[in-house]
Amino acid sequence: MSAGQAAMPDTLHAEWTKLRTVSGTTWLLAGVVAATIGVSAAAVAATKCASGMGCPADTTKLSLTGVYLGQAVVVILAVLAVGNEYSTGMIRVTLTAMPHRLAVLAAKAAIVGALALVAGAVAIAGSLLAGRLTLPGNGFTAAHGYAALSMAHGPTLRAACGSVLYLALIAMFSLGIATAVRDSAVSIGLSLGMLYLPPILIALTVTNPVWLHRLQRYTPMTAGLTIQNTTGLHGLPITPWAGLGVLALWAAAALLIGGLLLRMRDA
Amino acid sequence: MTAGTVTPYRSAEPSGHDGFAQLLRAEWIKFRSVRGWVIGMVIAALLMLAVGLLGVQVNTTCTSGPHAPVRHGAACLTPIPVGPGGEPVTDNFYFVRQPLTGDGSITARVTSLTGLQQPAASSGPNTPGSQHILHAVQPWSKAGIIIKQSTKQGSAYAAMMVTGGNGVRMQYDYTQDVAGMAGKVSSAHPRWLRLTRSGDTVTGYDSADGIQWTKVGSASLSGLPRGVQVGLFATSPTHVYETSSFGSGNYNGVPSLATGVFDHVGLSGQHGGAWTGGAVGGRQGLAPPGGGSQGPGTNGETEGYQQAGGTFAVTGSGDIAPVTGGPGSGAGPSGTIEQHLVGAFAGLIAVVVIATMFITTEYRRGLIRVTLAASPRRARVLAAKAVVIGLVTFVLGLVASVIAVLVGNGLSRNQGIYVFPVSWLTEARVVAGTAALLAVGAVLALAVGTILRRSAAAITAVIVGVVLTYILAMASLVPLPVADWLLRVTPAAGFAIQQSLPKWPQVSGVYGLPDYYPLTPWVGFAVLCGYAVLAMGLAVFLLRRRDA
Repeated sequence: MSAGQAAMPDTLHAEWTKLRTVSGTTWLLAGVVAATIGVSAAAVAATKCASGMGCPADTTKLSLTGVYLGQAVVVILAVLAVGNEYSTGMIRVTLTAMPHRLAVLAAKAAIVGALALVAGAVAIAGSLLAGRLTLPGNGFTAAHGYAALSMAHGPTLRAACGSVLYLALIAMFSLGIATAVRDSAVSIGLSLGMLYLPPILIALTVTNPVWLHRLQRYTPMTAGLTIQNTTGLHGLPITPWAGLGVLALWAAAALLIGGLLLRMRDA
Repeated sequence: MTAGTVTPYRSAEPSGHDGFAQLLRAEWIKFRSVRGWVIGMVIAALLMLAVGLLGVQVNTTCTSGPHAPVRHGAACLTPIPVGPGGEPVTDNFYFVRQPLTGDGSITARVTSLTGLQQPAASSGPNTPGSQHILHAVQPWSKAGIIIKQSTKQGSAYAAMMVTGGNGVRMQYDYTQDVAGMAGKVSSAHPRWLRLTRSGDTVTGYDSADGIQWTKVGSASLSGLPRGVQVGLFATSPTHVYETSSFGSGNYNGVPSLATGVFDHVGLSGQHGGAWTGGAVGGRQGLAPPGGGSQGPGTNGETEGYQQAGGTFAVTGSGDIAPVTGGPGSGAGPSGTIEQHLVGAFAGLIAVVVIATMFITTEYRRGLIRVTLAASPRRARVLAAKAVVIGLVTFVLGLVASVIAVLVGNGLSRNQGIYVFPVSWLTEARVVAGTAALLAVGAVLALAVGTILRRSAAAITAVIVGVVLTYILAMASLVPLPVADWLLRVTPAAGFAIQQSLPKWPQVSGVYGLPDYYPLTPWVGFAVLCGYAVLAMGLAVFLLRRRDA
């Protein structure tokens, strides 16, 4: 510490203290869990499998519906981790104390990512539990060819772990955007827009099959959430892990741009 | 009262303006002097256009036969007949007819209405071996008598008919429908039908016994020529079935046939004498069982008629009705004007960000204290902000909507996509409604921003409430009942204002997502407005109570 150059553990500790001592963080983490489980439970409860009707085959994916909403709260968490520093002017203190800017960003990413992982793990576990408890009562029984949701089932385990990673990657993605944009409001609009715009383009507007395929493969949310599929894997536009990889590339690109701009610009 | 009151000091300076107009001007200056917001609004409009017009990128190709040249784009447009009211119509039925000149009437007794239906293409494992033609009559299978201007599709008509599941009806000019006797027709309970023409007026009667007649309705078909076609008809609409209860738009349609048996057919007036049969709109039928390319009707399951003495059996397929959107509409590549306005939700994301910042920035910078010191009546400040952001959004949204519809319609025509024509009133409602949707969304965002005073939470709340719910419902990401519920109770219900095609109770169709919103246009829009009003009320309450 004599040289005044903060070591990485100290940077991490500083970021952890900053995030821990803001009351919003706890609420947002609780929000991630509540939003995810709430929407998942509602989707599961609303889906009945009457005999003779075409039932949705992928019960795992159905039980993880809440991720669509949960990720919005993750976006707030990540954006505010950076945006609040800029809106209060705290960033100048931070960068004076820890002049190695990329280390600051890396520490922030690590802390926010870890928080997203923890909240995501609770949220996903809760969602799957809700599905496991509710689905048999709605006709998704062994008699109709549906086994109870279980982590022992390989694809379900992959979907669950993948969804947790998905939420962490969404945090990285929006953290990168917020670092580049430096304004919470615009960052949130941009992040949510980039996540939510492509699904509607795919569903309603784009009819050109080539572009449809490209959108399904290379947009952050649609590609990333292919990790939730446990059935019909051959018909997917992109394999589950490759889809999550696409989101990881988006997150890496956002962090890279954010990091470069953070280094180049005045705070 | 004392004589000498002390006059209080009054400044010689003219009093400062604190009227609402000044407040509006102040807020307008605040808005336009932030370059980012102005750019953001323009981006919102551009996003709307770009997203809306992306969908017109389809390369339609078609050919009329195995050896005919392949055509592209506009050359593929199959003309859809248009009814007397200008609406697109389906006009396919089997017609056993005679010419009738001047006034006259037709009477017939219907003793049975039966139907055949192509089996569903890929029925589930629960219905094994269902490749046989099913004996089923559709609720809106029709057989009856008709007076029609000509055999041209889309020409004016009035008809009395029995239906598969909706009793006796009088229908005329495609959109009009009057209920007659209830109950199903059978040889034990035959139905007598009569149509009488007098000038431009055609009156329909029904009866259970041919003695006691009841008037069902009367149609005024203006401009009906002296010479018309009169006769018996039968038709049966596409059977539409759901292939999955998950998501939206999972529907398939299969053709069906209906056969009506008539006797006691009587004509009065100056008529032709001999009956001729013919299919209006091309002969249709069921594909033979087990697939194959032998063409329709190899087993006699096709349109036609048989006459034995005074008894007629008329078999027809199709419908005489306005066209509905979605499956079974019979149109080729087709679209609605609101498809060019899908981009509204993308523009809304940008608008929400700006509208929220319009108030949250004041809190962040402390400007709110200056604003409220200058104009202490807080509700008026918020009202002025709402008017400014609402009007700016409405004007930009209107410009973007008009361009999107004009350019979109033109592009669609060039690409060979049929755009359903709608009345100018509907078009105005859809276009202005889209702009209003954005404006109300902006006011909602402003109110939520005032309540929460934090841009991050406020923006996310509004985007989740309006845009995410719309996406979940429209992009088949949640089960259909959830999607339906979302578009009823969340602010996303407001998107119903974009609905251009009406629901017709007398036409069996799929009135579900994504072609039809669960709520009617104005009710859906009222739901969104309700949210905005509630949020504004709460915002005013909190703004007054809290310290700035």
